[in-house]
Amino acid sequence: MKIAVVIFPGTNCEHDVVHGLDLIGVDAELVFHKQTSLDGFDGVVLPGGFAHGDYLRTGAIARFSPIMDSVVAMADSGKPVVGICNGFQVLCEAGLLPGALVANRDLSFICKPVNLRVESNTSALTAGANVGDVVRIPLNSYEGNYVADDETLGHIEANGQVLFRYSDGSGTVTDDANPNGSARNIAGVSNESGNVAGLMPHPERAVEQILGSMDGLLLLGSIPAFFDLVGAK
Amino acid sequence: MTSMTAEPAHRQLGMTDEEYESVIEILGREPRPAELAMYSVMWSEHCSYKSSRIHLGRFPSEAPWVVVGPGENAGVVDLGDGWLAALRIESHNHPSFVEPYQGAATGVGGILRDIFTMGARPIAVWDPLRFGELEDAHNRYLLNGVVSGIAGYGNAVGVPTLGGEIEFADRYASNPLVNVMALGILKREQLVLSAASGVGNIAVLLGAATGRDGIGGASILASASFDEQSGAKRPSVQVGDPFEEKKLIEACLEMYERGLVVGIQDLGAAGISCATSECAANGGMGMDVDLDSVPVREEGMTAGEILMSESQERMLAIVEPKSVTDVVAVANKWDINASLIGTVTEGGTLRVRQHGELVAELPAASLSDDAPKYNRPTARPQYLDNLWAQGSDEAAAGDLADVLLALLDDPAIADRSWIYQQYDHQLFLNTVVEPGHDASLLRIKGTEKALAVSTDGHGRRCYLDPRRGAARLVMESALNVAVTGTKPYAVVDNLNFGNPEKPEIMWQFTETVEGMSAACELLGVPVIGGNVSFYNETDGVDIYPSPVVGMLGFADPMPENPPRLDRAEEDMEIWIVGPDAAPDLAASAFSRVIHGRLDGRPADIDTDLGPRVIAAATELAGSVPVLHDVSVGGVAVALAEIAIRSECGFTVGNVDWSQLWSEAPHRLVAVCPRDGLPELDVPARRIGTMGGATLNFLEHGQIAVEDATSIWREALPRRMA
Repeated sequence: MKIAVVIFPGTNCEHDVVHGLDLIGVDAELVFHKQTSLDGFDGVVLPGGFAHGDYLRTGAIARFSPIMDSVVAMADSGKPVVGICNGFQVLCEAGLLPGALVANRDLSFICKPVNLRVESNTSALTAGANVGDVVRIPLNSYEGNYVADDETLGHIEANGQVLFRYSDGSGTVTDDANPNGSARNIAGVSNESGNVAGLMPHPERAVEQILGSMDGLLLLGSIPAFFDLVGAK
Repeated sequence: MTSMTAEPAHRQLGMTDEEYESVIEILGREPRPAELAMYSVMWSEHCSYKSSRIHLGRFPSEAPWVVVGPGENAGVVDLGDGWLAALRIESHNHPSFVEPYQGAATGVGGILRDIFTMGARPIAVWDPLRFGELEDAHNRYLLNGVVSGIAGYGNAVGVPTLGGEIEFADRYASNPLVNVMALGILKREQLVLSAASGVGNIAVLLGAATGRDGIGGASILASASFDEQSGAKRPSVQVGDPFEEKKLIEACLEMYERGLVVGIQDLGAAGISCATSECAANGGMGMDVDLDSVPVREEGMTAGEILMSESQERMLAIVEPKSVTDVVAVANKWDINASLIGTVTEGGTLRVRQHGELVAELPAASLSDDAPKYNRPTARPQYLDNLWAQGSDEAAAGDLADVLLALLDDPAIADRSWIYQQYDHQLFLNTVVEPGHDASLLRIKGTEKALAVSTDGHGRRCYLDPRRGAARLVMESALNVAVTGTKPYAVVDNLNFGNPEKPEIMWQFTETVEGMSAACELLGVPVIGGNVSFYNETDGVDIYPSPVVGMLGFADPMPENPPRLDRAEEDMEIWIVGPDAAPDLAASAFSRVIHGRLDGRPADIDTDLGPRVIAAATELAGSVPVLHDVSVGGVAVALAEIAIRSECGFTVGNVDWSQLWSEAPHRLVAVCPRDGLPELDVPARRIGTMGGATLNFLEHGQIAVEDATSIWREALPRRMA
């Protein structure tokens, strides 16, 4: 399969995502946001950074970038559409994922590794994992605080759309393990069919032991795993 | 301010009467207003180094691996296989005091432009900081603002911040220091210099529009002392836009890759004046500049304002006529301005026009080469004899738990993660050893090579003996990069001092240059760049002499498993490697925190064992799991840091009370499996074993790892809450 990695002006994790995908043998290509087609791609990743400077509101301008029509079309077609950190914020702004990301509870930027418990394994970011797995992945954000109204939260929990929750090292979800105040410790969610998935922490930063963790490979590896599952249907 | 309106124009711009006479001599006439503005900024202390320049030649700056030495935008060294590294350090002290968030933010922006001006992609930033004590609310406000500014700009521009260092002292309360260092890497063929060549080539201004922000930043803010009116200088602080800079970085790197520019210069201090004159002078050319082509943010800006503006996120590229269309296309792709503002001419004259009128016509080189150079008088300060006589290297008796917990609670010793967790320190997947260690270690992806960086300063020690203090900084910084398995490779320095018109300050300065130079010569490490920040004086009080050393270490190949502070385990042996030196408590944390003292004379470096211990550290890093420099707080604090980070206690004996707190140089703590310490040609002695849940110093006492950890972790967040 071949994945498009989108560069908005202000995106900065694009090369890291390509590197991570390369390590699991997935062909990835950078695509500039002014392009209007994703023809020939089997999936797309919106990487982290500060698209359009995060001006106005994170993701608020990026959702109007020319490439976004094709991203929406890809989401509608059932192919994997993954947003990491700022990319997650863009997908929420674009209405492709439920909820929104607001400023961290303590109003400061947080860069540190966190533990995530896998809550559902039917999405483009978790198809290769098992429910209950605990992965250690670096978080790196100022607006990482996931919010949604109670009805939405109830709905996505019931539907298995909650992909990850911040937990301690043993997988117990506690207030202490919640770094940024996210509702119900939610770190990542998907749409109803699971092909559109987003999370705040950066799996591409945990792809080699020398960087401190390889757990991110499990998440990135879920993109081709999900693609194979869907393709098999 | 009202009294100043009666002053002649040149004095209002910070220029002396003698300097004004020199301008008249160069031009053969009275300067036009725009010309006066240009000279005033370019001849400011900040831009011209007029008080320091005659001393800076003392630094050893040559080595076979130096590609670009001091004087360019950044120093560049050769890493082999076509790879180069660019390194640069700067200060943004006064702007950060006046407006901490923007001052620090634009400091980051400026240093990054210095790096990508050389053709390099910036891959990491470090920030050495100095503030007044955190008990004072204003100092907390400054620390918070500066850290937020570094995070806000650095994270958004997409360059990781890999740490720095920090000290607190009353002397910095009304003159905090915000230094910033950046590292870039590039392939040799991408190296670009700031020379304008080729008559008829076009000067293209890239990036942000020019506004009235930052006018006189270099002269009014950076080159003058402060008083209670300093708040009025806030309009001289620039405002940063990291998004604009990010686009500018990507656009410039794309232009270099495609070979579209023949020379480039960033616009920092003195804006267009500096960039056009330096480009022209460096290439031995002249330039015709049309200010009507400069995009401006507001109408009615005078020529002087446009020339002096320090609006951020701008670059001046020199482009051959055939490449102009492509340069404009790349700029359009990234949504940045590209304006053709000048033409390279023969002869050395810089001509500037506005509204069709000549507003400046002067020899381009005169702005830099003819700047005044002062050999200011020096005098050994009176305070030294008394302070030296008062000191004692015998530690007064005390309770181990009380002393150690007090030291671990000191914000200059305690956990600094409150700061560095606000910085993205992982982007680009190069970070092998993250902030919170003696040095950070970066791999260069796609190679076996690695670079380590440490920044070090110790204002109090330099106050007690600037020559010894500065020499020790170099040695300590070298040891810090050595414990990651790299060899000391190059130095940049930032010399932060008080008012150079005071002979005692100039003496501190010249002693520092001497001590630093001697140590660099001893290690064979070249100084490839630096910065001088004078006039760090408010209401007549000068800061401590505060040189900061930025040391680059290099390894090829990188050690497979570089030492970390969190790799100590039960039953491992604990060794002290290095000289069995007499205790050294002058300017130590023990004297400061426990006894409120700053006196005595710091020990000098050991010119024989010092370099050998550094070489031994590089060697040891290949095999031992933990290797930690003994510095602030002595052996006791070094051991406590290992225990806290590894979540494992220890038992240590055979270290007397004064030696526990001594900060004598050239010493390491090594922790290794049984019989795991290789043969060394420097002294080493075993002092204990890892294990248990206490920091057990036998006859001196013990404390629980848990208690040490919570004090150490909470010290900074508790004060900043």
